[in-house]
Amino acid sequence: MSLLKLDNLETYLGQYHILQGVSMSVEVGSITVLFGRNGAGKTTTLRSIMGFNPSTTGSVHYHNQKISGMPTHLISRKGIGYVPENQGIFSALTIEETLNLARAKSTGDAEEKMEWMLELFPDLKKFWRKKSGLLSGGQKQMLAIARAYINGDGLLLIDEPSKGLSPIMVEKLMESILKMKEKTTILLVEQNFLMASEIGNYFYIMDDGKIVHDGWMQDLKDDRETCQKYLGIA
Amino acid sequence: MEVFINLLVNGVSTGLLIFLLAAGLTLIFGLMSVLNFAHGGLFVWGAFSGAWIFKETNSFLLAIAGSIAIGMVLGWVLERFLIRPVYGNHVRQLLITLGGMLVLSESIKIFWGPNPIRVNLPAWLEGSYQFDGIIIIKYRVFVIVVGLLLYLALWLLLSRTQIGLMIRAGVLDKEMVQALGINVKGLFTFVFLLGAGLAALGGALLAPYSGVVFAEMGMQYAILAFIVVIIGGMGSLQGSALASLIVGVAGAFMAYYMPDLSLALNMLLLATVLLVKPTGLLGEKGSAV
Repeated sequence: MSLLKLDNLETYLGQYHILQGVSMSVEVGSITVLFGRNGAGKTTTLRSIMGFNPSTTGSVHYHNQKISGMPTHLISRKGIGYVPENQGIFSALTIEETLNLARAKSTGDAEEKMEWMLELFPDLKKFWRKKSGLLSGGQKQMLAIARAYINGDGLLLIDEPSKGLSPIMVEKLMESILKMKEKTTILLVEQNFLMASEIGNYFYIMDDGKIVHDGWMQDLKDDRETCQKYLGIA
Repeated sequence: MEVFINLLVNGVSTGLLIFLLAAGLTLIFGLMSVLNFAHGGLFVWGAFSGAWIFKETNSFLLAIAGSIAIGMVLGWVLERFLIRPVYGNHVRQLLITLGGMLVLSESIKIFWGPNPIRVNLPAWLEGSYQFDGIIIIKYRVFVIVVGLLLYLALWLLLSRTQIGLMIRAGVLDKEMVQALGINVKGLFTFVFLLGAGLAALGGALLAPYSGVVFAEMGMQYAILAFIVVIIGGMGSLQGSALASLIVGVAGAFMAYYMPDLSLALNMLLLATVLLVKPTGLLGEKGSAV
């Protein structure tokens, strides 16, 4: 069953035509990975879903309800959690304050979700009263994911969580994302093919603002030509 | 010693009056990135409406409440019709809020005429406290108490309440706050009304303090408040409180000991702070408290 459906999205940033008819869908309970080189339009796709960069034409449906054209805070209240590329950490707030803020407009059972996140990311409990700006890169990413999970209910949009992290931290994070799949659906933007191909079920590849390829992750792993052509992997 | 204490009390009370104006300004800038020159217009409306209500009703508390209400209504009109269309464009904000400031100041003359008006102290705040040869004017003590209570209330609002948490997060990253389901536009309006109410209260308290109010005083105090906000660090409430006290106290002492230099004092303070710490005394990204 399709949880999120993008239909022919066209998005402009100023004079630049970034998304040129993007159509895709995300199935309930899956990890769908959006691949593509820098500048392909992956981040803009997530930002268009969230309403930060609204599309000029096309539509976004969540739970069969049209959400394109709605303001961002109402899209979020539908149950979509968002982890931006830069993590969007509130540096002067503590972990406690950040997660309390996420709970304020949470659409699901916030208490249960909070408990599970602290279990999944024990560092957040350990540094509960620490200012978020003082956390390590990996801890900040954990906080950003926990915040989005607690706030949302049903779908997480995660933009390049492995960016700038050590290989060990990336591995740890991916294990956590895989565990989260049991409780939520994830649309993951990633450039780290090795990592994302291990946890993803379905994939889309973007190039120049268009979806150029999609299919099951297992098939992509075996498709050397597509990997080399669009992802630069030999 | 008497002179020192008197100057200190004068400086602190003046500083806290400036703080009332600067507090709203710094929060509005921190959260909304709006350079609001019209803030001085709200201050002057607070002063005139407070003086008028006091004269008509003889109730100073009613005058304060009425001026805050009028300031907030005007603030809502400003935010809704002037500032909302120019969010994100500093040049337009500067022009439109300067225009708003002029309209607010000039409209004072329609209601109360072009001449300055005298304002008396409320009877229960007349007189002074005297001990060991030191004379402290009662009204200044009142202003200090009100200023400190308001600072405490604002600090509690920002650091201990859910809406304060949202404001602090909004100062840091507006987009992310929206992505958490929080209506940032509603938050903007709340902060703007809070700032407008504080500016009007500052005006209402200043009127009996200075004894006379005039339509042009808005610009004079708006510039002072901007200097304080920059010295303290844009977006920082504590920074504005500290800078207000520094400007108020230094101004009182300079006016007494070196009156020739007192006019240049604020600019000297501003230039020194900008050279040593360009982000202001307590100004770091996200330091709303």
